[in-house]
Amino acid sequence: MTTANISLDTAPVPFNVRIRQPTALIGLVLLMWVPLTLYVMFGPFLSDTLKSFVLLPAIPATVALYVIAVTSWRESPVAIIGATLVFFWLFVAVSAPYLPLIDPNKPLAPFAEMGAYKKDHWFLLGADFKGRDMLSRDLWGCQRVLVWGVSATLVAYAVGAFFGLLAGYLSGWWDQAISLVCNILLSFPVMVLFILILNYLGPSGFNIVIAVTFASAPAIMRIVRGLTLDTRSRDYIFAAQTRGEHPLRIMIFELLPNARGPIIVDACLRLGYTTVAITTLTFLGLGLQPPDPDWGLMIKESTKVAMVWKFSYMLLIPALSVSSLILGFNLLADGLREMSLRD
Amino acid sequence: MTETPIVEAATATDRTPVLECRNLCVSYFTRAGEAPAVVDFNLKLMPGEAHGIVGESGCGKSTVALAIMNYMGRNGAIVGGEILFQGRDMRTMTQEELRRIRGSKIAMVYQEPMASLNPSMRIAEQLAEVPLYHEGVSQREALARAESMLEQVRLPDPKRIMNSYPHQISGGQQQRVVIAMALLSNPSLLLLDEPTTALDVTVEAGIVELIKEVAAKFGTSLIYISHNLGLILETCSRLTVMYSGEAVETGAIHDVFDNMRHPYTRGLFGSIPVPGANKNARPLAAIRGQLPLPYARPKGCFFGPRCDYFVEGRCDQPPLMMHEVAPGSSHATRCVRFAEIDWSAAKASVAERQPVQRGQVVLRVEDLSKHYIIESGAAALIGARRTVKANEKISFRAHEAETVAIVGESGCGKSTFAKVLMGLEPASAGKVQLGEIELANLPVQRRDKHTISRLQMVFQNPFDTLNPSHTIGGQIGRVIRKFGVESDPKKVQDRVDQLLDIVKLPRDFAKRLPRQLSGGQKQRVGIARAFAGNPDMVIADEPVSALDVSVQAAVTGLLMDIQREHRTTLLFISHDLSVVRYLADRIIVMYLGQIMERGTTEEIFSPPYHPYTEALLSAVPIADASVRKRKIVVAGEIPSPTKPPPGCPFQTRCHYMIKGVCDVTPPPLREFGADHVIACHLEKDALEKMEPVITAGTAA
Ligand code: SF4
Ligand code: SF4
Repeated sequence: MTTANISLDTAPVPFNVRIRQPTALIGLVLLMWVPLTLYVMFGPFLSDTLKSFVLLPAIPATVALYVIAVTSWRESPVAIIGATLVFFWLFVAVSAPYLPLIDPNKPLAPFAEMGAYKKDHWFLLGADFKGRDMLSRDLWGCQRVLVWGVSATLVAYAVGAFFGLLAGYLSGWWDQAISLVCNILLSFPVMVLFILILNYLGPSGFNIVIAVTFASAPAIMRIVRGLTLDTRSRDYIFAAQTRGEHPLRIMIFELLPNARGPIIVDACLRLGYTTVAITTLTFLGLGLQPPDPDWGLMIKESTKVAMVWKFSYMLLIPALSVSSLILGFNLLADGLREMSLRD
Repeated sequence: MTETPIVEAATATDRTPVLECRNLCVSYFTRAGEAPAVVDFNLKLMPGEAHGIVGESGCGKSTVALAIMNYMGRNGAIVGGEILFQGRDMRTMTQEELRRIRGSKIAMVYQEPMASLNPSMRIAEQLAEVPLYHEGVSQREALARAESMLEQVRLPDPKRIMNSYPHQISGGQQQRVVIAMALLSNPSLLLLDEPTTALDVTVEAGIVELIKEVAAKFGTSLIYISHNLGLILETCSRLTVMYSGEAVETGAIHDVFDNMRHPYTRGLFGSIPVPGANKNARPLAAIRGQLPLPYARPKGCFFGPRCDYFVEGRCDQPPLMMHEVAPGSSHATRCVRFAEIDWSAAKASVAERQPVQRGQVVLRVEDLSKHYIIESGAAALIGARRTVKANEKISFRAHEAETVAIVGESGCGKSTFAKVLMGLEPASAGKVQLGEIELANLPVQRRDKHTISRLQMVFQNPFDTLNPSHTIGGQIGRVIRKFGVESDPKKVQDRVDQLLDIVKLPRDFAKRLPRQLSGGQKQRVGIARAFAGNPDMVIADEPVSALDVSVQAAVTGLLMDIQREHRTTLLFISHDLSVVRYLADRIIVMYLGQIMERGTTEEIFSPPYHPYTEALLSAVPIADASVRKRKIVVAGEIPSPTKPPPGCPFQTRCHYMIKGVCDVTPPPLREFGADHVIACHLEKDALEKMEPVITAGTAA
């Protein structure tokens, strides 16, 4: 009885309000993301001093975002578990340089087992076949996966959403042309598309972004097109048209914001797919290049030795890490969808 | 009213009621807690009686019906009281019994006919299923019964309908099929939940007529749920007025209509336009405030915060019971002060307004036509094209400070006309002049800022008119900046505040999102947005038809006040003749894309009439027991605009139709007054001999 009464007073904050918190939220996200991207993508171009403190502001931003996420999604345990997994890796990514970890690229004691103490160092998760600390490599490894995965998804979204808006709003000739191209792209198996593009462009992070965009944008465009078709006959779109607004403005300011709910849910799922794809590509040798640690790379390097049961941890640790991140994204998507349906 | 209500209330009083609700309470359980939807509801329905339940949206009237049908979904439950069906408590019945009763003894007709029809089954199979399943008759017998029932609900060509799928017949026909399906099981109780709200008035009139007829013929008891007091007056012998989940007044129709004893009922009647109302001499009075939310109802009388007679210490003391108006009478009210209020005193009268003098011509439309060419399916392959004449040779003028109404049912082309005017569609032929500027073929992208701002629009659907993602202030401000009224952020803000003042909304609404506003408030924002650029002319496309009546009055009043103040020309598009009569200076009656009649409001509402205007006037339900109406039955449905009949568009339904003339030649224009034109083949004197459709009764 009492719980019912309490909830009467605090009417639940609807999902759409929750995910459109004001500019402060965007500021926090940028504060976390920009340094991390700088550090990972443009690391080689940064001076050592800059490199040593560029990530500092991102740490409190990440923690703050996590707290906000947990408090505003408290009614959905699934979303909270997902957010916890994702933010754990985000936190590790931004704080890796300041954690008491040894250089992940330094060969010390090859095949040191879990918990072994060798050369003045506790190998909590053991060392790989070159003697590099697994714990350090695993934690550092999340940086590249996260940054490239999220960037690739974002770019794919920008491209897909733009064409989706064009096709859905302008319809007619535009719609037919865009849909045709998308259908052709969608008819290729994703992996074939990846391998074709990366073979042609050569393996690198930026090319992964391009490959992911080609592979994901058509599906995104379909989602956005559908949402746009749904919204474009609303009176507020007529109102904008009768005001003589430019079509681009109508698409970006009037249509896009109303499609954000389903888009965010889909983006979380797609982050998961992209993470899988990037790891797979790296494993195939088409993605990020050695020596810096990266989960896909770690799996690739350890395949030969991990055949021996005793050394299977070298493969299991990065594999479990990837899985936990993907699981996090998927749970987050489920939780968000569930909340949006309930409103 | 020329007819007596369906059936006289049962004469033998000792018979058991068909249905009785005793202190019925229904609640929905949501995340926000328990929301009582119906509180303490009582009803006694005798065999053959028709009982109306009237109220605005959210008053719980549909919940009553759902509770009787026991269809409340997973989160609804009866939390108190009982429902007796033919003397037996439905809550003690087994599932099996309930199912049987619901299928054969109680039938329900919903607003949306497609909700009751299976889109993938032929009508014949769906109808035959009823006797097959409930009575176990043979397939042939069932089909025969189905067909004869379709005849009884007056469907033309029942054989064809039997073989059709639901989507192949019109909305009015679908609703007739649903009624036929309900009647096939020969129910003792028929629940009708807004059965005609989705239909056009002339079609609605036919369905209402049918319902009355079949109820009399089969002796069925009816519960008729509607927001329209006029319809209840036409169909029922008793009614219950509901407000915020409670019955506030109940009694025989004439007791309630003539001697209402609850301030809400009175407010409701005061806010609907009846023939006597006039925007200048007798303006409508809206009920102030808003319906309380189910979990935030006030203590004591739920109507308290909106009531003019509220006294502290009495009205806010729960529980409020129903009081008999006179001892032993069936007329009861839930108002503690009903005995003290002077009901004969004129309602706190709203200030009379001076009629506005109209100015020069603002809009000149000459022979405007809009045709669409459709090439569909196989026709496209062989190059065949069909032309849809959405607008055909429309001509009229609108003056400054004048309200011109365009009236018509669906498919009459009124919305297409608005689109052409706004520049969203090019005209096929003819001229549209706004001042000196020719607009007919000037799409909105090519109109300059000033021209665009001179012509603005208020939209129909309050839930669609505002972008859910932007704040109110942002959306009004955008218009101000776009039209270059102001550009300095501070001044824009001031202007937004000003506009919110004009539409009587608090200024802090500027920071709110549309979802935090009620329908009426959204429509006010829509009006503010239309007037933000100081337009010369505003097109209002059914601006109040989606709102509750008590809110409608406030919104129309507001629209007219602003219009009066700014001397704006208002082009009011509507299907509702009573609203139009109330606020328009001149009226244009359209049917299938053509103007049938055009004239001042007086000229339209008195003879000579165009046969279609006559039918339309007769079809509109009027919530005034003293008004007499001449019944004119129009047969059939509105033809599809893709296949308009040759000659006069109304010839398929007109009972004056002259064979060989009306179905061959388009009707000539007959002029009566300075600007009163009727398009009809009937001779002038024949038209002039028509009798008035609506006559005020004894006490005018
Ligand atoms: S009980 Fe009081 S507040 Fe309620 S309707 Fe009657 S006078 Fe008004
Ligand atoms: S022209 Fe003929 S069919 Fe048309 S309204 Fe007049 S009488 Fe009726």
